[in-house]
Amino acid sequence: MVARTTPHQDERRDATLAGGGPPPPGRRGLRSRLAGRIPFGLRRLSVPYLLIIPAIALELLIHVIPMLVGVGMSFLRLTQFFIRNWSAAPFVGLSNYQVAVDFDSAVGSSLLHSFTITVAFTALSVGLSWLFGTVGAVLMQGAFRGRGFLRTFFLVPYALPVYAGVITWSFMFQRDTGMVNHVLVDQLHLLGDRPFWLIGGNSFAAVVIVCVWRSWPFAFLILMAGLQNIDNDYYEASAIDGASWWRQFRSITLPMLRPVNQVLVLVLFLWTFNDFNTPYVLFGKAAPQQADLISVHIYQSSFITWNFGSGSAMSVLLLLFLLAVTVVYLVATSRRRSDA
Amino acid sequence: MRIRKIGYVAVAGALLAAAAACGGGDTGGTASGGGTTDSGAAKTLTYWASNQGTSLDNDKQVLQPELDKFEKQTGIKVNLEVVPWADLLNRILAATTSGKGPDVLNIGNTWSASLQATGAFLPFDDKLLTDLGGKDRFLGPSLAATGAAGKPPTAVPIYGMTYGLFYNKKMFKEAGIDKPPATWDELVADGKKLTHGKQWGLAVEGASVSENSHHAFIFGQQHGSDLFDASGKPQFDSPQQVAAIKQYLDLMAVDKIVNPSNAEYSNGTEAVNDFVNGKAAMLMWQSIASQLKAANLGDDYYGLAPIPLPAPGSGGKQVNGMVAGINLAVFNFTKNRDGALKFVKFMTSAEEQQILNKTYGSLPTVQDAYNDPAFQTPTIKAFQDILAKTAAPLPQVPEESQFETLVGTAMNQLWADAASGKPITDESVKAKLTQANQQVQPGS
Repeated sequence: MVARTTPHQDERRDATLAGGGPPPPGRRGLRSRLAGRIPFGLRRLSVPYLLIIPAIALELLIHVIPMLVGVGMSFLRLTQFFIRNWSAAPFVGLSNYQVAVDFDSAVGSSLLHSFTITVAFTALSVGLSWLFGTVGAVLMQGAFRGRGFLRTFFLVPYALPVYAGVITWSFMFQRDTGMVNHVLVDQLHLLGDRPFWLIGGNSFAAVVIVCVWRSWPFAFLILMAGLQNIDNDYYEASAIDGASWWRQFRSITLPMLRPVNQVLVLVLFLWTFNDFNTPYVLFGKAAPQQADLISVHIYQSSFITWNFGSGSAMSVLLLLFLLAVTVVYLVATSRRRSDA
Repeated sequence: MRIRKIGYVAVAGALLAAAAACGGGDTGGTASGGGTTDSGAAKTLTYWASNQGTSLDNDKQVLQPELDKFEKQTGIKVNLEVVPWADLLNRILAATTSGKGPDVLNIGNTWSASLQATGAFLPFDDKLLTDLGGKDRFLGPSLAATGAAGKPPTAVPIYGMTYGLFYNKKMFKEAGIDKPPATWDELVADGKKLTHGKQWGLAVEGASVSENSHHAFIFGQQHGSDLFDASGKPQFDSPQQVAAIKQYLDLMAVDKIVNPSNAEYSNGTEAVNDFVNGKAAMLMWQSIASQLKAANLGDDYYGLAPIPLPAPGSGGKQVNGMVAGINLAVFNFTKNRDGALKFVKFMTSAEEQQILNKTYGSLPTVQDAYNDPAFQTPTIKAFQDILAKTAAPLPQVPEESQFETLVGTAMNQLWADAASGKPITDESVKAKLTQANQQVQPGS
C-alpha cells in the first residue's frame, strides 16, 4: 500500500516545491535568490527532512522523552520523600528490578501472578475478538437487506466512550441488582444460587467478556475493510471449479486477509495486554486477585504505595516484554510469508 | 512487497510506543491539575475542596456563598474546584511533583503524615497556630491527626468525624429490641434477630479499601494490636490484628448477619444506601447526614450509638472509632502565602465552622463553635462524645497510606472468600496479612 502511494506523495511534494501554479512575482525573486545560495542537491535533500521535523519533535515530546524519563525513574528510589525534588532521590541501580523479579518475595510473586493472569486474559480476549470479528465480517460480506444497519450496530461498542460502556457492565454484573443474574437466575433458572461476577473466580470471565465486547468491533471493522479488497473474480473462479463455502474461506479469504490479520492480531495483543481502563472501571482500584491485570497491578504498586521507582521498573519490564513479543512475532510472520 | 513490510513494522512500532508511553504515564503521570497559581495575583487563591456533600455540585453550592463572603471581607477571590475522592490523592501527588496546583486544599486527615513527608506543605508552627487562636482552641483528637508526633502540624482540621453505629429504630422495635447493642455479643444476637427475608442485620462496604482499612484499625485497637512497632516497622499480621479482622469477617462468614452481596460494595455509597433504604438494620459509618436528609429521614427513623467496646479486661484498648476528618493544608509553593493563611483563618473561624459542619453533618474542630444548638442533637452529641473519649488516630507515619491500600485490598479478597462460602480461618487471614506486610516498601 505504501509502495503505491509513494508516487502520489512525490507528485505532491513536487507541486509544493513548484509553489502549486504560477508563483507571485515577489516570491519568485526570493526563491531564486535562495536557490542561488543553497546548492540544488542539498536543497532537494533537506526538504523532506524539514517536512518531518514537526512530526519528529512531537514524537519525541509525547512518546520518547516520557518513556526515557520513565526508564530513568526506575533506577531511583522515588518515594513520597523525593517526589517534590526528583534530583534528590537516591540512585539505587537495579534494585527496583531485583525486587520486581524476585519471585520468592511477596512483591515479585504477586507481579508474576498478575503477569500470568494477563497472558491468559490477553490470549482469550484476542482470540475471541478475532474470531467474532472474522465471523461477523464474513457474514456481512454478501449484500442483504439491513446490512448497513447491522454493520453500524456492531460498531456501537467501539464508538461508545470506554467509561460509559464499562460502568454499565459493572452495574449489569452486580450480584443482587444486576441484569446478568436477573436473566440467568430469575428468568432462565439456569443457576440456583446468584453468582458473584465482580469478585472471586468469575471476575476473570467478567473482564474477558467486557474486553471482547469492546474490542471485537475493531477486528470486525478492519477485517471488513480487508474483505473489500479481495477481488470477486477469485470467488467466481473457485465456484466454477466447485469449491465449497468453507474451501473458499480457507483457500481464498484467509490467505488474502493474511497481511491484515498480521497487523490486526498484533495491535489487539498490544492494546489488550496494556488495557487499563476496562479493569479499572470494572473493579476500581483494587481488582480481585483472579482478575489482577498487570496495568492496574503496576498502578496499584506505584501510585497507591507511592513508590514510583518500583512502578517504573515494572513498567519497563512490561515494555521490554511487549517489545520482545512484537519483534519475534513480526520476524516469525514475515519469514513465513516470504517462504510462501 | 519490501516497502509494504517496512510500513507495517513502522506502524506497529508507533503503536507499541504509544502503548508503552501510556503505560508509563499511568505510573509517573504528572499531568498538572486544573488549578494554577496565578503569578503576582495576590488577589486570588485556588482552593481544592474534597467532596463532602451529596455531589460535587452540592459542594459548590454549599461553599460558594462562604467564598463570596471571604472575598467581601478580604478582597481575595477564591477559585473553587471540588475534587472527587477517587482523584484527590493523585491530584495532590501530581501537584506536589510539578509544583503547580492550588494554594489551599483539603486532605483526608489519615494522609497527613504521608503528605508531610513530601515537604510540600506549609508547617503550622506555634506562631501560625497562635494566629488561628492557639493550639488549645482545636479539638485534641483532631489536631493529633495532622502529622507525625513532635512535628508542627502539616495541616489544620476543619471537619471532624468518627465512626458510630447507626441503627434503624423501627426495625429494632419490630424485632423486640429496646436498645442498641452495647457489646459484641449483643450486636451479633441483635443482628440475628434482625436478619430475615430480604432484610439483613448489618451492612458493610466489603470491597472498599478505605472502609476496610478503617475497620481493620478500629477493631485492631480493640484487640490490642499496633500496626507499626516502636521502630516504625509494619506488623500487620500480628495475632491481635488477625483476630480483629477475623471477628469483622465472621459477621458475614459465621454469624450470617451481613448480606454476602456486600462483599462487592466498593464505591462508598452502597452500604449507606442499604441502611437508608431499609435493607439493613445497622451500619458502622461516619456521618451520613446528607444521605439521610436527601431521603427525608429524621431522628425518628434512625439512632446513633457507639460501636461496641471490647469487654473490659480483655486486654484491648477502649477504642471504638478512628479520628476521621478533613484537614486544610497550604502548599509551600503558593505565591499568596498571606492570602492563603487568611483563608485558613476564615475557614477555622467559629462562624464558618458552624455553617459548614452543620451542613455536612460533621463536627466542628474548634471548641468555640459548639455553642450553636445545631450541635446539641443526639447524633452530633453521640459523635462528639466518641471523638472526644474513645477515638484513636490512625498511626501518623509516612507508610500509613500503604497500610490502607495493602490491608484494605487484602480484606477485599477475604470478604470475597467469605461471601463465596470459603472458610475464614486464622491461617487464611494471617496469610493474606503477611503478604500485605511484606509488600510495604519503607519510605525512608
